[in-house]
Amino acid sequence: MTYSKPQRFFLTALRLFAGWHFLFEGLIKLLTPGWTAQGYLMTAQGPFAFFFKWLGSDSLINISDTLTAVALVLVGFTLVLGIWEKAGAFAGIAMLAFFYLAHPPWPGLSAAGPAEGNYFIVNKNLVELAALGVLAYFPTGHLLGLEVFFKQRPGTPAQNKAHG
Amino acid sequence: MDKQQQDSGAPQSRRKALKGLIGLPFIGGIAAGAYAEIRKKQLEKSKILTELNIKAERPEVASDLSGDPIRIGIVGNGGRGQHLIRVLGFATPAWVEAMTAQGNTGVLEAYYGQENLNVRLTGVCDVFEVNAELAQAASPDCKRYRHYEELVNSPDIDAVVIATPDHWHAPVAIAALEAGKHVYVEKPMTHNINETYALREAARSAKAVFQVGHQHRQTQSFITAKDIIRKKVLGHVSLVQANTNRNSDNGAWQYPIHEKASPQTIDWDLFLGNAPRVPFNKEHFFRWRKWWAYGSGLSGDLMTHDYDRVNCILEMGMPRYVTASGGIYTHRDGRDVPDVFQAVMEYPDFSTGSSRATGLEKGMTFMYSATLGNQYWRETLLMGHDGTLELGNQLRVYADADSSRYAQLIESGVMDPSVPIYTYDPASGNADGVTSATSKYFAQKGLLWTYRDGKRVDSAMLHLREWLSAIRNDTPVSCGIDAGFEEAMSAHMAGLSWKLGRRMEWDPAAEQIIAQPGEDLNAVLLASGTNPMAWQG
Repeated sequence: MTYSKPQRFFLTALRLFAGWHFLFEGLIKLLTPGWTAQGYLMTAQGPFAFFFKWLGSDSLINISDTLTAVALVLVGFTLVLGIWEKAGAFAGIAMLAFFYLAHPPWPGLSAAGPAEGNYFIVNKNLVELAALGVLAYFPTGHLLGLEVFFKQRPGTPAQNKAHG
Repeated sequence: MDKQQQDSGAPQSRRKALKGLIGLPFIGGIAAGAYAEIRKKQLEKSKILTELNIKAERPEVASDLSGDPIRIGIVGNGGRGQHLIRVLGFATPAWVEAMTAQGNTGVLEAYYGQENLNVRLTGVCDVFEVNAELAQAASPDCKRYRHYEELVNSPDIDAVVIATPDHWHAPVAIAALEAGKHVYVEKPMTHNINETYALREAARSAKAVFQVGHQHRQTQSFITAKDIIRKKVLGHVSLVQANTNRNSDNGAWQYPIHEKASPQTIDWDLFLGNAPRVPFNKEHFFRWRKWWAYGSGLSGDLMTHDYDRVNCILEMGMPRYVTASGGIYTHRDGRDVPDVFQAVMEYPDFSTGSSRATGLEKGMTFMYSATLGNQYWRETLLMGHDGTLELGNQLRVYADADSSRYAQLIESGVMDPSVPIYTYDPASGNADGVTSATSKYFAQKGLLWTYRDGKRVDSAMLHLREWLSAIRNDTPVSCGIDAGFEEAMSAHMAGLSWKLGRRMEWDPAAEQIIAQPGEDLNAVLLASGTNPMAWQG
């Protein structure tokens, strides 16, 4: 897939910013003593509330907390470094789907807490989820990222050498 | 060609490296940012915690309850009595069935998992046949006594739990103490002024252990709150506000009337006791809290919870002046106790300590405000010059924006007056199911249950346990006769002020409420009074 310069610029920027967001959130959660998602999970609303409350129950909360923070960091690494970005993007999509469904901004459900904006069905979690979908199918790691070292594409010097 | 390749090879691999490693500086930046952010928060937090130096104290290690079982007699096995014998280990089969039918497995698990307090329930006295039979169903060796005098004098009873209507608290407690029996009596400790002195005398001269049933004294957060006061975190507390807001039938004491209630199943004369003679009346029997003849209105029934909650933390004791007002505004159903009620207690000589010039700060007001016609939640607040404490099962301390003590920390941005500088949550995220609005009201205040090692425990069980331990090991109780005296007398002052429409004054030297010449305050307190003005004519 070839991109125009502006396409490459904005796709890479999107990848770096989304990765930045994930990595920073994950690191803060890992480094903050006593951080827990229990409040978020136990106040879950909507049709899947039972599932999130189960994840937030006393017996599971430690696992839920560790998985959340570690997954955020790993997704952040893939996107910022530009390697295995498709897998990272899909993992990120799954996490954002969880965040979205635990507190869906649907009419009739009360908000979990004060929000910084106003949302009707679509909120920032959903927007970022779609953005990660774009990143999964428009990769840039082979242009600007660690994939540069691994990905061999037609026309690269290595292949020329084989022909030579 | 070779030369050209050599010329472009190095820059190309450099370009490739740059492109490949573009993420690394971002990683470094993000990690440094996260570290700095956490470090800043931790430094601020440790600065605040060092400054406050609050110890989240653990309660004492559970004491030894071994030996022969203590034989308990329950006098008054209504709603509250049944709760108390249940936490002693004697749930009625009817209760177990009801909880099973409701699918309330959490409550059942808690009941079956509770500590064995090593007691036997050997006696019950209740004027209503059904209540007496419930206690007997809960404990196979529970004997029914028709009169409380028989129960307290029985050689088969070591200790007595009293959960009667208020007008029977003191007579039964005094009889039990005189018979040498240990006493656990529900709040308010007494129904009138004279018996408050009489019960204090009986408790002081008895060798038995006496405890008033203010179970919130076991609440773990209150133990920490005491340290907050001790460390002068709030500075000089000039105002305390506590509130009751309820809006349900149950909360307004409109309890259900049992279908089996009749003059044949209820010993009406014994129920009345020292109350005015009236013909058999089911509503008076089941909804006794609505009449001064048997209950104590909002002052004795609910304000006592809040008064003692604050008294166990501040130990401010008897107020010098009490002014009360209110009326029957939400339940004009024949009751004669107010359903909207405010009491203001003055403590002109009390101080929790001061961070300002010596002598500038002294004196405090305790303000209680209640309605049975609205359930909007109002926090219990202890308001000092340096900070405010929100008091409940959880604690939150806010620095005051104009505090003297924290001026520098606020100025430098370490403390933000809009964010708590200290929070305490013994549950640490435990989710609790609370069923009714009234239970929720009590639970939020820390009146129903507390936590030990992060697990929810019934406060009444711990309070009874403390009493049992005192009987066995001679350890102290947390709500003995002196705290009970202060609780009862201050409630009586509030009731009198409402009835008389004037400010009541306490004479600390004589230890009595000051009466006007010829005035019988005891009679005023006991009389039915729906209109405070009536007492001035």
